[in-house]
Amino acid sequence: MEQIGILEGRERQVLEKNSGVAQADIACDTSSLSGSVSQRACVFCGSRVVLYPVADAIHLVHGPIGCAAYTWDIRGAVSSGPELHRLSFSTDLQEMDVIYGGEKKLYKSLIELIEQYKPKAAFIYSTCIVGLIGDDIEAVCKKVARETGIPVLPVHSEGFKGTKKDGYKAACHTLMKLIGTGSTEDISKYSINILGEFNLAGEAWIIRQYYEKMGIEVVATLTGDGRIDAVRRAHGATLNVVQCSGSMTWLAKEMEEKYGIPYIRVSYFGIEDMSKSLYDVAVKFPDRPDIMEAAKQIVSEEVKTLYPSLQKFKKALTGKKAAIYVGGAFKTFSLIKALRSIGMSVVLAGSQTGNQDDYARLKEMCDEGTVIVDDSNPVELSKFILEKGADLLIGGVKERPIAFKLGIGFCDHNHERKIPLAGFIGMYNFALEVYQSVMSPVWQFAPRKGGTL
Amino acid sequence: MLLRHTSKEVKVREGLTINPAKTCQPIGAMYAALGIHGCLPHSHGSQGCCSYHRSTLTRHYKEPVMAATSSFTEGASVFGGQANLLAAIDTIFAVYEPDIIAVHSTCLSETIGDDLQQMTKKAKDDGKIPEGKYVIYASTPSFIGSHVTGYANMVTGMATQFAESTGVKKSQFNIIAGWMEPSDMREIKRLAKVMGINIVLFPDTSDVLDAPQTGKHVFYPKGGTTVDELKSSGDSIASLALGSVSAEPAAIALEKKCKVPFETLDIPIGLSATDRFIMAISKVAGVTVPEEVTADRGRLVDIMCDMEQYLHGKKVALFGDPDQLLPLTEFLLDLSMKPVHIVSGTPGQRFEKQMRQLLDERSPETNFKSGLQADMFLLHQWMKNEPVDLLIGNTYGKYMARDEDIPFIRFGFPILDRIGHSYFPNIGYGGSLRLLEKILNAIMDRQDRDALEEKFELVM
Repeated sequence: MEQIGILEGRERQVLEKNSGVAQADIACDTSSLSGSVSQRACVFCGSRVVLYPVADAIHLVHGPIGCAAYTWDIRGAVSSGPELHRLSFSTDLQEMDVIYGGEKKLYKSLIELIEQYKPKAAFIYSTCIVGLIGDDIEAVCKKVARETGIPVLPVHSEGFKGTKKDGYKAACHTLMKLIGTGSTEDISKYSINILGEFNLAGEAWIIRQYYEKMGIEVVATLTGDGRIDAVRRAHGATLNVVQCSGSMTWLAKEMEEKYGIPYIRVSYFGIEDMSKSLYDVAVKFPDRPDIMEAAKQIVSEEVKTLYPSLQKFKKALTGKKAAIYVGGAFKTFSLIKALRSIGMSVVLAGSQTGNQDDYARLKEMCDEGTVIVDDSNPVELSKFILEKGADLLIGGVKERPIAFKLGIGFCDHNHERKIPLAGFIGMYNFALEVYQSVMSPVWQFAPRKGGTL
Repeated sequence: MLLRHTSKEVKVREGLTINPAKTCQPIGAMYAALGIHGCLPHSHGSQGCCSYHRSTLTRHYKEPVMAATSSFTEGASVFGGQANLLAAIDTIFAVYEPDIIAVHSTCLSETIGDDLQQMTKKAKDDGKIPEGKYVIYASTPSFIGSHVTGYANMVTGMATQFAESTGVKKSQFNIIAGWMEPSDMREIKRLAKVMGINIVLFPDTSDVLDAPQTGKHVFYPKGGTTVDELKSSGDSIASLALGSVSAEPAAIALEKKCKVPFETLDIPIGLSATDRFIMAISKVAGVTVPEEVTADRGRLVDIMCDMEQYLHGKKVALFGDPDQLLPLTEFLLDLSMKPVHIVSGTPGQRFEKQMRQLLDERSPETNFKSGLQADMFLLHQWMKNEPVDLLIGNTYGKYMARDEDIPFIRFGFPILDRIGHSYFPNIGYGGSLRLLEKILNAIMDRQDRDALEEKFELVM
């Protein structure tokens, strides 16, 4: 096979697991190399995806039009009520605004917007250029908040000020300003917040239902199907349950410090991790054994129907190989386990934003010979997919057409998933989607699989 | 309903844009650059810009879209992006091995005052550009114009930075493509062949963004205008620029640099615009219109006559980009339909004037707005005040179509939820026939859906 080089300067972000020799740790938490075709995005993107699902707030992007246009309804974060988050609001900054400042335009836009939509709160996202021209967004927000009586909250998400992870942090920082401003009266002692669950394809509803069935009150989901009033009283919960470690751990830590709320990290993907996420919550309420009983009951019932239904997929998929390249590393762990449970091995595992601990754990979990990458690019991904003979790629929008050009199956485990992949039902959906894609007859027509004229 | 918040009463807004009918310059520059063979577009700004543009183009074309980024950090934003760009040029030529890097700026690099001309010159002086390779650039600040402006700027960059005049004219013509799909560009090349003229078409995204499945992921698909072709454009007899906003600036630049005369035409969407396009070729190249083309025209006219009764007086709302909207509006008027609301987020006096002139002559009561606050929210409000039978525009129109329960045809950029635009042209007589078929299907399907049982017709 033709050897494709790895980008110079990226050697330390790629690793092939080989237990025989001592290996250096993978380098991560770095910015992308200038000139690389990176799959990563920016600070603004990170903030935008985290706050986006809050459905009864307006999300005003302060900057030139692009930042608002590209993030208009891109995430299938479902709301059970208002859908203000699915509209696109921008101050559409022009050259004169860049020269003379955009504060007036921001003020006018906010007033117009709040008058038009009467939202519960407003989030104002700073973009690159706002960071440069020095608009005092804080002051404008304070003024508008005073005049309109609703929380008007700046999000410091200038694109160049770090990576997507810094955007998550900026979003969490904004949420912290809301948390603690609502009444915690009537909140049960047996209560949690669900953090880092964005209700893509309705996943938060599934998870919430499990916990409620266990007799636990869910105070707020941050931010899936999110509501401002719920966020404001989130400090009344007894425990924070954090999924998608990358985006919300910071918030959990802050809430622990400020409100003394402990947190646990969970994952809702795959039978093993889903069950664990119920048990891990139940053990936090030892004075209520019925909660653990209920958790066991749910798991046993769900698994009883799920397990047999997975066997037909497992039979067909055993021996097939998968490549995983997703945003957060925590998701990779779950996916490896979930794939194993349907007979598939993982030959490539990587993430855009994993940290040192994540990669150490990833290496421990992976089989010999698995390639581990941080902040990868299309050249590397296709190289390893071909070399390792993967049958499936799990990734996001920019990875999808690469898989299809190579002639292998694909599963979107990112913003564009169309069916819930979380929870027990989600595991079934995941197996079905993987099965349908990997086993599809279309691949036989691909030249690589011998499909020529 | 998602847009139930849209109020009927239209109030003048001074700051706010709601649901934009445009996006920013850099994505247009990236799209244009993909129409050069062996070219890697490069975004000189934060990582996010490049990522968003690639994602949007990928969603629109269902194809991998390759582009690199300078990955600005806080340091670069304070000290300037030169170091980033120079490092990027090194990395790109070493690893991704393109023939050309086409750099475009962003609001960030423009605001800190990065000068791409000076930086690319420095790269050259420092020996960072290998023999036979090129770095071209276009300034594309996001706070001016729209995605169409960015496209025009990059195409102009191609003309000014590649075209050479050797003093010896070549027996060829330039066709400067306004923003159109790979399918449209392929059709332009077919038509030129049928007309018997040699052309240099630039940019040309056919065989780049409609590439076949080969089992390989290639960075540089076989399509795209070559460097040799671009260089030779300075020796062409004349240029035809398709689109006054997206193509004409390049034609003007080429005339200035290499004295290639030009004529600006509409993108040949619909009967009249295609007529003008074919006649312009015939005139400028001194060729007669072949029977094949006349027959294509005849077929389009035939269907226009056959089906006129279903279209007469039907009200249409449309939004999109200037160079598409003008000929499309004309086509709708030729079909005896009524374009009642027209919106484009792209500003421009020239377009404003051209559209006003067309409307003053043939449809003076039409609501038309372009530029700031000419967004889909306004269009939706107009539609609430004067309902329409059909909406034409990019994918984002689906919200309004659903909310108002009216037929909808996807046309323009981006189309994120259907395929076809990359493969079937909307230009020329054949493409216009396809567009007409879509319009008819949308309206007649609706008529069938709404017909009372006794009025439900078999023969239409």
